[in-house]
Amino acid sequence: MHQQLEGLHLSARSLRIERGGRAIVTDVSFELASGEALLVLGRNGAGKSTLLRALAGFLPLRGGEVVFTGGDSAPLSERAHYVGHADGLKSALTALENLAFWASMLGAPGQAPNGGLSPQQALEKVGLARIGDFPVGYLSAGQKRRVALARLFVAARPVWILDEPATALDVGSQEKFALAMAEHRAGGGMILAATHAPLGLLDAKELRLDAAASAARVPATAGAC
Amino acid sequence: MSSPLLALFRREARIARSIGGGGAMGVVFFLILVSLTPFAIGPDLNLLSRIGPAILWIAALLATLLGLDRLFQADADDGSLDLFMMTSTPLELVVLVKCAAHWTLTALPLVAAAPLLGLMLGLEPQAQAGVAASLLAGTPALTLLGAIGAALTAGMRRGGLLMAVLILPLTTPVLIFGVSTAAAASGGTVPFLTPFLILCGLSLAAIAGAPFAAAAALRAREA
Repeated sequence: MHQQLEGLHLSARSLRIERGGRAIVTDVSFELASGEALLVLGRNGAGKSTLLRALAGFLPLRGGEVVFTGGDSAPLSERAHYVGHADGLKSALTALENLAFWASMLGAPGQAPNGGLSPQQALEKVGLARIGDFPVGYLSAGQKRRVALARLFVAARPVWILDEPATALDVGSQEKFALAMAEHRAGGGMILAATHAPLGLLDAKELRLDAAASAARVPATAGAC
Repeated sequence: MSSPLLALFRREARIARSIGGGGAMGVVFFLILVSLTPFAIGPDLNLLSRIGPAILWIAALLATLLGLDRLFQADADDGSLDLFMMTSTPLELVVLVKCAAHWTLTALPLVAAAPLLGLMLGLEPQAQAGVAASLLAGTPALTLLGAIGAALTAGMRRGGLLMAVLILPLTTPVLIFGVSTAAAASGGTVPFLTPFLILCGLSLAAIAGAPFAAAAALRAREA
């Protein structure tokens, strides 16, 4: 499904991210190459979502740097997919309309097929081939999540940033999604995921944003302010 | 217009037309405001035709702001706004296209309805045409100024009132030149073109500047 993506490299050095003037993530570093996956682990409030949102470009970095090399020179946020808590779907539109819209928004400019699947094929891939012309408002939470995940397939982007992607998914869908993630990595893509439940990512790197580290950094934060 | 922007325009249009999208609310609100005014003022046709352009303009101002608070709020709630930041389309253009879609679906019907409602207020034919022309030239400025307020309040609960408080004072120049354009159309000491061109200038300035302000507000929403 993908063009072969080799030689990608993502490196983050001593990231510091603040929200509302408080340091949420301090001194986080990791390296990731083509085909690798990073699991971001930690208790509630440890800063998993904050880290992923900053990597996707929604939050500014207060310190450190993210370097993404390989392929063209577009910034990471334009070469990554983000699936978060909100599905990004309009309940008045059908699943196919939603996916067609995001395919044209997120696809590479100027390339008509943008390397992704058609909306109908993407829905088949998440097992929702028959509800394509249903308004999304009528779907269940798990089905909405599957439509949101189908967005990963309609525009080919090498980096997947996933925040609790398996929420509300049934066992069968989780297995299908694990397969799709393995396929993406085999094609040279990379995955960054925050999760509490196992996602079926084989030999993924782990990044722990745990309680001990955050307790240790409180005095340092106070000193910095 | 490149295809992502066209797709965005189509999506906005389809949502506005769907149930609960609020596409027709503006013009219904406009109709109600204008038809209530004669009940408050009384059946003095001379008085009504003299203040008619002002009534139509104030009603149009409020009707334009009515649906604007949802311009970015809905996208912020369902996560679409985050995804807009990941496209290769600049956020400024996304704002401009959303405003264009909103203007086409809510302000353009007001322009079309204004001459008919002018009839109810006893306006002369020239005055009716003048009101319609001034609304056509002035409502883009209202929509785009409102977009700045909508972007500033996108992350808040009940941001609609705050948006109106922030934006209504800024619309004063548009209101002044809008009403004087409409008044100049039905005779007076000022030639029609003078206030009309200033009104066009206000709209062009808003089109040029407001997308940058609104996009900056949207980017700073979470930081």
